[in-house]
Amino acid sequence: MRVMAQMAMVMNLDKCIGCHTCSVTCKQTWTNRAGMEYVWFNNVETRPGQGYPRTYEDQERWKGGWTRKSNGRLALRSGSRLKNLATIFASPTLPGIDDYYEPWTYDYRTLTDAPLQEHTPVARPKSLISGRDMAIRWSANWDDNLAGAPELANDDPVLRKVSDKVKLEFEQSFMFYLPRICEHCLNPSCAAACPAGAIYKRNEDGIVLVDQDRCRGWRKCVTACPYKKIYFNHRTGKAEKCTFCYPRIEVGMPTVCAETCVGRLRYLGLVFYDMDAVLPAASVEDEHELLDAQRHLILDPEDPEVIRSAEKEGIPHDWIEAARRSPVHSLINEYRVALPLHPEYRTMPMVWYIPPLSPVVDAVSETGEDAENRNNLFAAIESLRIPVEYLAELFTAGDTGPVNDSLQRLAAMRSYMRDINLGRETDEEIPRSVGMDGESIHRMYRLLALAKYEDRYVIPPAHAEQAHSLEAYAAGCSLDTEGGPGMGGPGAGGSSRGGPVTGGKVSLPTPRVRRPEDGE
Amino acid sequence: MNTTLGTVLWVIVPYVCAAIFLVGHYWRYRYDKFGWTTRSTQIYESRLLRWGSPLFHFGMLAVIGGHVIGLLAPKGWTAALGITDEGYHVMAVGLGLAAGLAVVVGLTLLILRRRMVGPVFRSTSRMDKLMYAGLALVVLTGTANTVVGNIIGHYDYREGVSVWFRGLFFLDPHPELMGAAPFTFQAHTLTSSVLFALWPFTRLVHVFSVPIGYLWRPYVLYRSRDTRMGERRGRRGWENVEDGSRTP
Repeated sequence: MRVMAQMAMVMNLDKCIGCHTCSVTCKQTWTNRAGMEYVWFNNVETRPGQGYPRTYEDQERWKGGWTRKSNGRLALRSGSRLKNLATIFASPTLPGIDDYYEPWTYDYRTLTDAPLQEHTPVARPKSLISGRDMAIRWSANWDDNLAGAPELANDDPVLRKVSDKVKLEFEQSFMFYLPRICEHCLNPSCAAACPAGAIYKRNEDGIVLVDQDRCRGWRKCVTACPYKKIYFNHRTGKAEKCTFCYPRIEVGMPTVCAETCVGRLRYLGLVFYDMDAVLPAASVEDEHELLDAQRHLILDPEDPEVIRSAEKEGIPHDWIEAARRSPVHSLINEYRVALPLHPEYRTMPMVWYIPPLSPVVDAVSETGEDAENRNNLFAAIESLRIPVEYLAELFTAGDTGPVNDSLQRLAAMRSYMRDINLGRETDEEIPRSVGMDGESIHRMYRLLALAKYEDRYVIPPAHAEQAHSLEAYAAGCSLDTEGGPGMGGPGAGGSSRGGPVTGGKVSLPTPRVRRPEDGE
Repeated sequence: MNTTLGTVLWVIVPYVCAAIFLVGHYWRYRYDKFGWTTRSTQIYESRLLRWGSPLFHFGMLAVIGGHVIGLLAPKGWTAALGITDEGYHVMAVGLGLAAGLAVVVGLTLLILRRRMVGPVFRSTSRMDKLMYAGLALVVLTGTANTVVGNIIGHYDYREGVSVWFRGLFFLDPHPELMGAAPFTFQAHTLTSSVLFALWPFTRLVHVFSVPIGYLWRPYVLYRSRDTRMGERRGRRGWENVEDGSRTP
């Protein structure tokens, strides 16, 4: 057993109101730059809907993630290493700018510079790609709140998997928001596809990053990521992705998307996993067993053997303590309400979701029945087959069992806590029917409903003293600071329109840890 | 040819260009790793690229292979392998023409695409244009060599240009050999010298990033956190990227 720490996230979809504050603050922090106009490291999709980029979940088309070969080993859906290299000159399945959307600005100057005229001057949209006037036909968020759903939602690859006859009924009754960031997978297919070896997973916290100095713009990662959360910066010619706000995480602050979430629906915390078990877990044959395999991969931070192994791997004491208090771990493995997004891609994603119960509650309310009565809710979860099937296609590779279990626990919490709020006798049968007890319901309620800041974010700061054990250290010079004598001069002149100047030395630590069985 | 001019063209210019090539690459790698990229434009347009780029690149790989054999392998070596001069000639012309055709067609497509597709042209730097011009000249004179030297006339470059080329590496230059070569060979040599001098300052540097190591490395790489937390290392490459979001 080799214990590794992973900074992970859970999002409680019940609370997402689709306000896009996370997207906007993320964009202002990370992607408000040239070449990244079309990029949203964090985006919020309305479901059902096509998503961003459009239909990205259709892996028959976009070739993201892993497939399991008949010999039990994993292979990139986009192709073998040889195929990856052979198609390096023109990527066969790369999303074009239109699959995202053509970004634009407005010709604001005409508003102030236009001569006196009868009609108010108009600021026309100008493409940020071609620089010309353009007609706006799509954006990152065009189908927000089911806009255009009768035409557009039919192209939702997830909805297509749910049988045809229920579609219409479904659209009338059911909608929710799905905020997405990079999944910081345990088995990242983007990293596996990168010919240059620029994408790496950090030993300390599992954050997946692109080394901007090593990326050569081969674009294979964009195809290989099934969530399409790696983007090509068309000005710098490099791949960029969500950084899990690592500069904030390192000092114990939550990511920008989590910090600014008005619904307070994001949870951040550590999980421990067994690095040696990642590939076997990602390679289980039955897709429906992937969820359990992924749950098992996450180790119990209370287990003395896990703690011993963690200490042996050099994980600091306060990190172990943080892992024991991790809201992410308890939502995944203690309350078992959080589910991973598309486990069937076999990348072992580390951003988990609590499926939304509110559409079910709404449906019950509309019938005039008591929407917080346990029997009504449980019956509704059973009978509202379509939403549950849809959620299952998102979170459990189509297995409705775990989605039902999760929703029933949420329903049980509602019913049980209502009795308390109304000063009534509690019904201990409610928690028992979902395999919980009153106390754990209380704790789950505190975490999900009260959602205190210090309960939602348990982020141990990074340790500088770990530095000294690293051979990659000492690549820089102490005089190599801005304006210092060791500072590097300007870069190659004009070879790239983007101005290629880099200052100072850049250390390229060599990969330290190798995985024992690397499947092809 | 006048010997002074010969020395300048066939000794001084090649050495100067080679020096710029070598030092330039060191300097670019040292100070501009961030700018070291293929600068792909596939996100803007991929229908033309799908044909043009593989044609050009695979053709180019064959061309480079042909040059390595033709310039570096003395006649004695191929003869020792039992390849007759005639056999070599037929092979060189056949493969050379095929590869040359692929490169010419590919490059034509790529240049047309670069000019005709708005976003692609917009992202083309001055250095790119210079590079394309240089590349086109080198490719055209090179193809002309195959046609003029091997099909129309007969010039045995393996007794001329190749010997001169190898001499450069042994600090034993023979400018008179180049002076005696046909004009297209001279033009090809000169334009490629200039292209080699431009090389480190263009996107051509991506040639030296061929990711062969990908075939053997583990799928997922793990690395330790950059340990100099909170310490500024000076400006990073992306801080200088020209802002394209301004209204045109």
